[in-house]
Amino acid sequence: MRKHLLVPAALLGLTAFGLTGCGTDEPTSTGEAGGPIAVTASDSACEVARAESAAGTVSFKISNTGSKVNEFYIYASGDRVMGEKENILPGVPVELHVELPAGTYEAACKPGMVGDGIRSKFTVTGSAAPLTSDQKLADATTSYQRYVKSQTDALLVKTEEFVNAVKAGDVAKAKALFPVARTYWERIEPVAEIFGDLDPKIDGREDVVTEGMAFTGFHRIEKDLWTSGDISKDGPIADQLLTDVKEIVTKANAEKLSPLQLANGAKELLDEVATGKITGEEDRYSHTDLWDFAANVEGSKAAVAALRPALEERSPDLVTKLDAAFKTVETTLAKHRAGDGWKLHNQLSQAELKELSDVINALAEPISQVAGAIK
Amino acid sequence: MVSRRKALTLAGVGVAGAAGVAAAASVLSGGGESATASGTAADAITFYGEHQAGIVTPAQDRLHFVAFDVITKDRADLIELLQKWTAAAARMTAGHDAGVIGAVSGIAEAPPDDTGEALGLPPSGLTLTIGFGPSLFRTADGVDRFGLAARRPAALDELPAFRGDALKPEISGGDLCIQACANDPQVAVHAIRNLARIGFGKVTMRYSQLGFGRTSSTSRAQATPRNLMGFKDGTNNLKAEDGDLLTEHLWAAPADGTQWMAGGSYLVTRKIRMVIETWDRTSLGEQEAIIGRNKGEGAPLGHAKEFDQIDFARKGADGGPAIAMDAHVRLAHPEQNGGVRLLRRGYNFVDGSDALGRLDAGLFFIAYQRDPRKQFVPVQRGLAKSDTLNEYIRHESSAVWACPPGVTGPQDFWGRALFA
Repeated sequence: MRKHLLVPAALLGLTAFGLTGCGTDEPTSTGEAGGPIAVTASDSACEVARAESAAGTVSFKISNTGSKVNEFYIYASGDRVMGEKENILPGVPVELHVELPAGTYEAACKPGMVGDGIRSKFTVTGSAAPLTSDQKLADATTSYQRYVKSQTDALLVKTEEFVNAVKAGDVAKAKALFPVARTYWERIEPVAEIFGDLDPKIDGREDVVTEGMAFTGFHRIEKDLWTSGDISKDGPIADQLLTDVKEIVTKANAEKLSPLQLANGAKELLDEVATGKITGEEDRYSHTDLWDFAANVEGSKAAVAALRPALEERSPDLVTKLDAAFKTVETTLAKHRAGDGWKLHNQLSQAELKELSDVINALAEPISQVAGAIK
Repeated sequence: MVSRRKALTLAGVGVAGAAGVAAAASVLSGGGESATASGTAADAITFYGEHQAGIVTPAQDRLHFVAFDVITKDRADLIELLQKWTAAAARMTAGHDAGVIGAVSGIAEAPPDDTGEALGLPPSGLTLTIGFGPSLFRTADGVDRFGLAARRPAALDELPAFRGDALKPEISGGDLCIQACANDPQVAVHAIRNLARIGFGKVTMRYSQLGFGRTSSTSRAQATPRNLMGFKDGTNNLKAEDGDLLTEHLWAAPADGTQWMAGGSYLVTRKIRMVIETWDRTSLGEQEAIIGRNKGEGAPLGHAKEFDQIDFARKGADGGPAIAMDAHVRLAHPEQNGGVRLLRRGYNFVDGSDALGRLDAGLFFIAYQRDPRKQFVPVQRGLAKSDTLNEYIRHESSAVWACPPGVTGPQDFWGRALFA
């Protein structure tokens, strides 16, 4: 929770080109006969019925035949998310509609919602005029908005589950859901921070609550869960949390971040990691900081990915550097996996934390150059 | 290039006619680059030369020493870093910003390539001196990460364990070190901070040490300073003016067997914590007997003046040796060590206080030499065994470094010959 992101007036109100947000409520209109492309996701496979499509809105119908919760992504180069569905439950098919210009993509399922996923090539053919540099920047805004939408959908679902567990007095379940719900929050923090007053209500830590403000939100419940274990009086706090999250989700989905805000957001997410997560300050009672750490990095990567087409044109060397640095962070972080989640912060040695700090510094330095490269 | 000080036209041009240090500098020999001593504390020291600056350069008042571990596995990455570091070091020692754009001349959307805290400050005699640790050539696990194992100089042996060592591994050793010395602490810190930033992703800071009040003179133009025990330190130090002695005791030579180190020197760093509370309640007579010099003048006991030739056979009033057999000055003196000399360049440190309410203070010992196996190691063995001073000091960190020869010009870089 920090300052508002600056919104330079000149950069607001960019016209979006070509891409539209997508949701399951949209009509299916694939460029081809035969309806949506069937995707069968299991715990160990990801079968995409067709590996190609014509340019335009492409629809997928994903069925989870495994036992783990799954995710489905369509990635452009550099893991730019063109469309995704999270929280695909076994036996509950979902549809995804993605606007895809001609090009080469990857389809990916993520059983257990972790790792790089099971990937396969997906080719889109057709003709489209190459975008100008300015169009690419405008697209970044739309592309990131799509990402925000996917995250806020999941944030709502998981926060509601968390809140219900708290109100039901189910400490174990609430503890398990706490870091998961926060993941979606931490990925889109640059957007959340724009709504300054809501951020501390949802994510304020005891020491940053300003005078005259109550200590509420995720961390208040975290404290009760992990210190006293008594959440019997937390019902109203949980209700308020859900209300606040709903409000911020509505606002976030309506918000268009300028390319410069995206660039700065990518850097600030890493600053969050460096100052709050590596130190263990964020989740001081639960020690689930690595969930937030991973989410911040994923969010940073998503913001950079949205800018990627413009960045590749303006500063290809920087893109190469960023790819390598992201890879290093991911590899280093992956050492601390525990099941579908992460080790607790207090299970890491000082040397392991220092190593994480080093790789974040190595990534944050080139990321701090992105804003200058796209201005 | 943005100059921090517009008035500074040519870095390293000494101020002609300046008294003292500059005059002494003019008679230096065998010291190449560092013969350019600064006329005033604000001036620049020439970065380029036969030897690295910061060794025989008249010791500046302030230190920021840092040890790095290399985290990149890529030799080309490491070489690129050394090139970038060298370029930044050349700029900063001349009083310029670390990067080519500068602290305040870039675009608003990008972070500056210099951190800015030295804006408006003169070069302040900044020197930056690099050293390579044994672990750069081969890790403790025996891994040759950069194809350098075969190029490790024999003289760069890990130091043996000495009696009484209380070393903390986390502040000992390291793959690379940089010694920043300047007459303004802000200038020294600025240099290390910017080099560390350039190194993100390739190196990680292992430890660093601030120091003040140089504890040795490295030029006859300088008065002998005092360490935190209150005694003059470094009276018999090797000095910049000792041309032949420097050739013999300080600079590595081709004949020593490592071509790339010719003109370089080996550095030993030791963080020596002083238990000053107990020292301070030790009687004056006892303090002087332990050191072997009087506290006021710094004269060897039984002698009149600081620089008197020491006669170790001289008897005191009680008929025993004037300078006790276990006095620090006797044990450390070249005469008692087969003529071995070191160029000491240490600094006092006070790192706040400890949990017991004691000042965390002492001496960050820095000594340059031609071969530690023949110089520092035997002297320290003798001291560790017999020096009464050991009751009041603890060696908390230790490292040994190969400091390559000087950078000859803008096309050269730190350690180029090692990677050639």
